[in-house]
Amino acid sequence: MTPLLEVRGVSKYFGNVIALNDVSASVGEGEVTCVLGDNGAGKSTFIKILSGVHQHDGGQLLMEGEETRFSSPRDARDRGIATVFQDLATVPLMSIWRNFFLGSEPTRSVGPIKMIDVKKAQRVIREEMSKMGIDVRDPEQPVGTLSGGERQAVAISRAVYFGAKVLILDEPTSALGVKQSSIVLRYIAQARERGVGVIFITHNPHHAFPVGDRFVVLKRGKLLGAWDRGEIRQEELVKMMAGGAELDQLTGELERSQERP
Amino acid sequence: MSDHTTAVEPPKSPTSVVDDRLAQVRLTTRLLRRPELGALLAAITVGLFFALTTDDFGTLNGMANWTSVAATLGIPAVAVALLMIGGEFDLSAGVMTGSAGLVMGLLATELDMNIWPAIALTFLFAGAVGFINGYMVVRTGLPSFIVTLATFFVLQGINLGVTKQITGTVRVSGLLEVGGFETAKDIFGGSFSTYDFRMSFLWWIAITIVATWILARTRVGNWIFGVGGDPVAARNVGVPVARVKIGLFMGTAMAAALAGIMIATTLSSVQASQGVGEEFSYIIAAVVGGCLLTGGYGSAIGAAIGALIIGMAFIGIQFSGWDTDWRYLFLGVILLIAVLVNNFVRRSAEGARK
Repeated sequence: MTPLLEVRGVSKYFGNVIALNDVSASVGEGEVTCVLGDNGAGKSTFIKILSGVHQHDGGQLLMEGEETRFSSPRDARDRGIATVFQDLATVPLMSIWRNFFLGSEPTRSVGPIKMIDVKKAQRVIREEMSKMGIDVRDPEQPVGTLSGGERQAVAISRAVYFGAKVLILDEPTSALGVKQSSIVLRYIAQARERGVGVIFITHNPHHAFPVGDRFVVLKRGKLLGAWDRGEIRQEELVKMMAGGAELDQLTGELERSQERP
Repeated sequence: MSDHTTAVEPPKSPTSVVDDRLAQVRLTTRLLRRPELGALLAAITVGLFFALTTDDFGTLNGMANWTSVAATLGIPAVAVALLMIGGEFDLSAGVMTGSAGLVMGLLATELDMNIWPAIALTFLFAGAVGFINGYMVVRTGLPSFIVTLATFFVLQGINLGVTKQITGTVRVSGLLEVGGFETAKDIFGGSFSTYDFRMSFLWWIAITIVATWILARTRVGNWIFGVGGDPVAARNVGVPVARVKIGLFMGTAMAAALAGIMIATTLSSVQASQGVGEEFSYIIAAVVGGCLLTGGYGSAIGAAIGALIIGMAFIGIQFSGWDTDWRYLFLGVILLIAVLVNNFVRRSAEGARK
């Protein structure tokens, strides 16, 4: 099967800084590709290329098997690539329905004048959010009053509703507690079930492992490795992420703390 | 509103049992969520105070007086409110009322132009200045505070310099003899009732209604909230941030120009120093009306009510026989109170469960 979105050996330079060097990865329909890496590994640059914020300097970007190039985030979005940026997915002071439809408001015409169909907007968000398992009581509620996980849910369900084929999630769990994170992982699984290809950026292998079908690890702008589910164990992934020596040290510390009564 | 939508809702999860309880607090929540609530209460207080303490304030003549002040202030203030919701400031809006009057006046008196093409060119000029403001802010990423402060001084310099150069004085007069002036005055500067209610009053109400409708019910309105609340998030979902901001600057400049044309047609002359300092009144009106200085939140009706409060206070102070300079103290105090109240509102809206 042709992957929905694929990169082959992409590189990106900022002046003389090599931000990304010869990285390949892909995501297919109903798959979750996890992109892992520590801070500065090039994760952000990677998703910015996929979402049209940056253009790659080398290599190929393929959308449904055809080589392409996204001229802008809008271009990428129009072609079915939705990106949910970390902490920047929603506007806190705006209501849930205004956030959900920001940039793609449903309109109805009254004579020559186009206005937002508020009734429809509110109905749709109730339906879409309940598919995610969230009961929206008041669509006028500001998004800022929602919990972090619920805010991600708004952003994810919005992307899915607007026909995203590929959903790019930039560290959706990094600012969340354990419980909220697991809720977000459930949203990711739900999006996958609906046939969306998900690219899940994270630095937490424990979050990646339960939902991922494929794991791509970046380090200092380079591809450290890529595995399908079943080809790699969680411990190996953790090791890969942290770098062996640092992890051994960490394990040592952890064991010591466990020995205490 | 929720009663309509419940019918088409998918089956609810068991948690929705608590809905009935929430519906009861709905009204107060909804009221508190309105940015203009505080301004409305303040307006009623100020209005009642002067109506009870002075003889003229509550009469129709008095009303015509303070609505006139409120209207010429409120028209730019409503536009400034939209701009502030969009996350920007315009310090050149006050001087623009003077510039617009001077452009119109000079075109009409010095070039013997009919008033109507002069008015059209004035709006074009204002739109261009607004565009430059917006373009510079968007392209340079500098705070609009600085960019429009520069525009403010540039315009003030031009207003005085050019006027002196051409007329030899600091005012443009002789508008009465200009072709078409009478009709222009009927539309922009005249009064429409025996009590001397000004046309600007009607313009003000119309512009407030349109601005409110834009904010609440159009895509552009949604975008304005978006670019002010979080420009990066807005850009990420495909909102044309630069275009929205430039449009808002142009709207503000043109609203200021409209106010300037009204003042010029009312007085039949224009002072070169007209409008200096007014920009702060617009911002105060917008803030009193619930606009946050940080953007993303506010209301056009609120700004109109803010302008009404200022208009009432100015005329009320006059009617009370106090020195009119006290009005600055009043402006300062209501600004401070409004900022404190808004700060509280923002916190409860934004950070409740972070």
